[in-house]
Amino acid sequence: MKIHEYQAKQILAHYGVRIPRGEVAYTKEEVREIAHRIGGTVVVKAQIHAGGRGKGGGIKLAKSPDEAAEIAGRMLGTNLVTAQTGPEGRQVQKVLVEEGLDIRKELYLGIVIDRQTGKPVFMASASGGMDIEEVASKNPELILREYIEPGLGLQAFQARRLAFGLGLVAELIHDSVQFMITLYRAFEDTDASLAEINPFLVTGDNKVYALDAKMNFDDNALYRHKDIKELRDLNEEDPLEIEASKFGLNYIKLDGNVACMVNGAGLAMGTMDIIKLAGGSPANFLDVGGGASAEQVKNAFRILLSDKNVKAVLINIFGGIMRCDVVASGVVEAARAIGVKVPVVVRLEGTNVEQGQEILRNSGLNFIVADGMKDAAVKVVAAARGN
Amino acid sequence: MSVLIDKSTRLLVQGITGREGSFHAVQAVKYGTNVAGGVTPGKGGTKHEGFHVFNTVEDARRETGANASVVFVPPPYAADAIMEAAASGIELVVCITEGIPTFDMIRTSVFLKGKRTRLVGPNCPGVISPGKCKVGIMPGHIHLEGHVGVVSRSGTLTYEAVGQLTHRKIGQSTCIGIGGDPIIGTSFIDAIKLFNEDPETHGIVMIGEIGGTSEEEAAAYIKANVRKPVVGFICGQTAPPGRRMGHAGAIVAGGKGTAKEKMAAMEAAGIHVLRSPADIGEAMQAVLR
Repeated sequence: MKIHEYQAKQILAHYGVRIPRGEVAYTKEEVREIAHRIGGTVVVKAQIHAGGRGKGGGIKLAKSPDEAAEIAGRMLGTNLVTAQTGPEGRQVQKVLVEEGLDIRKELYLGIVIDRQTGKPVFMASASGGMDIEEVASKNPELILREYIEPGLGLQAFQARRLAFGLGLVAELIHDSVQFMITLYRAFEDTDASLAEINPFLVTGDNKVYALDAKMNFDDNALYRHKDIKELRDLNEEDPLEIEASKFGLNYIKLDGNVACMVNGAGLAMGTMDIIKLAGGSPANFLDVGGGASAEQVKNAFRILLSDKNVKAVLINIFGGIMRCDVVASGVVEAARAIGVKVPVVVRLEGTNVEQGQEILRNSGLNFIVADGMKDAAVKVVAAARGN
Repeated sequence: MSVLIDKSTRLLVQGITGREGSFHAVQAVKYGTNVAGGVTPGKGGTKHEGFHVFNTVEDARRETGANASVVFVPPPYAADAIMEAAASGIELVVCITEGIPTFDMIRTSVFLKGKRTRLVGPNCPGVISPGKCKVGIMPGHIHLEGHVGVVSRSGTLTYEAVGQLTHRKIGQSTCIGIGGDPIIGTSFIDAIKLFNEDPETHGIVMIGEIGGTSEEEAAAYIKANVRKPVVGFICGQTAPPGRRMGHAGAIVAGGKGTAKEKMAAMEAAGIHVLRSPADIGEAMQAVLR
């Protein structure tokens, strides 16, 4: 799960990580008041989940409360387009107003789970403020790494190694080490999957700050973090995806016109791939899960078809424990209930496949029955083209 | 022959009184698996579907001599169940549970270091040695005893591959679902090493997906060590970056973990890499000739 910058900063501040003074605002009047309270130069930062805000014009300096309000007035309610939002952008519904700091140095700190070692890895780089992925691919040696023993946490010597490696001056080492150890503690405590401080700031008066903060959390661990779960912002998510998640369906909207409904994540990805190979373009990823019931199939159908781009549907089910005749009955029932207008290609495999196909053929509905994945892909792409 | 499990496997089902555990324990017995009993804390001494239920894995192991366990325990308690099995000296633990917190698995893998236990999964369909033993949730009847080893991060896509093999009368020695999570017990390399050392396995099917670098690592291992033919497929060629495709581990992040990179690494290692998941059976038939 993703959260906003201001939320990540509140969590980190709670653990003792130093952040700039600031408050979140929903209107330009609030922005004016906050800027007035903070005094001096402030920074107005659009709060959307996507990165690349600086280059996209979502982070602006203001020298007075009036200027801050004016900037916020232009940001709020408009769609901010960044390298990560796609061309349509994301609507800005709130801004973070923070004190302007005297920037001496911008560094990078990040924590992720390293799959190869099965441990969290703490990364640091002197190339802060920049696109860290670009640094990682072009100059990987510029990123320092410390692998962490879970439960023990980031050790002081490891943090010192990073701090000295960043070229920090002696009087900054103690504060930086504390900062990093605290950041890691927050990461493990909250079951985060990513924590990024970019930039990790050194000010003119030698203080270290989290000038920006990004945190993602492990969805599987949210059951034990009710407070974090509440930070979910539905405005940042696709409405169809939210709807799907209510029914335990794993749905991701894509740009194509061939909808697909599949059981299992791997087979669902494989189905998207084979649609593309057949010359079509998948409209979505949809995993109905291992034991898709008639009710599941019905909800899945409804969600697929509410995407107006969809010209044809491919249902690809490998019935293992779940019998194909049961799946077929569910599909027929759902298609009748919803009144499907686009062609539907069904590929069933596994237990009781003949009975399943029989049910589809005798339903009186216009299903196109396919034999094998390749046949199904070819048929659905042709159907989407109107052939 | 087969790897990991065979006729000598004596299986415990952790979470045997739950819906899934109970159903699949019965299915396993129907397939011919020797299910020695089950574990549900608090229900020790009772019987469930004819199986002896124990309070702890330790009790169950002492009483039954079980050497493998399959975990159907719900996500918040599953990592604990794995560690309990390992602490009791169970040689093979297969964890089916999907949705275990990543940090639980990180701590579990630290716990498993230096112990004799091999973990397969979590978030996997399990392991089957066709005709001998089934430990997991896969449909037994689509399999055929034979000489191809199958290793995969996926569930139903593995069934798809197995279905294609069986359809062409190509049997399988063992099929191992290693799981779709970022932190797993048995890697592609571990599974491929087992197949490589098994004289009865003549060819290998490897099904990967986007996310992580385990396919690239396996490709390097195969290049250096494996002379048996390997057929490979990576799903998620059309997956958008930054989105988690169902499996917790299936995500292209920071430009890493793309299908393209994985396929290139595998091709460079001499693996027969397929563009289409529909061609797996045909490709294996061709390379075995």
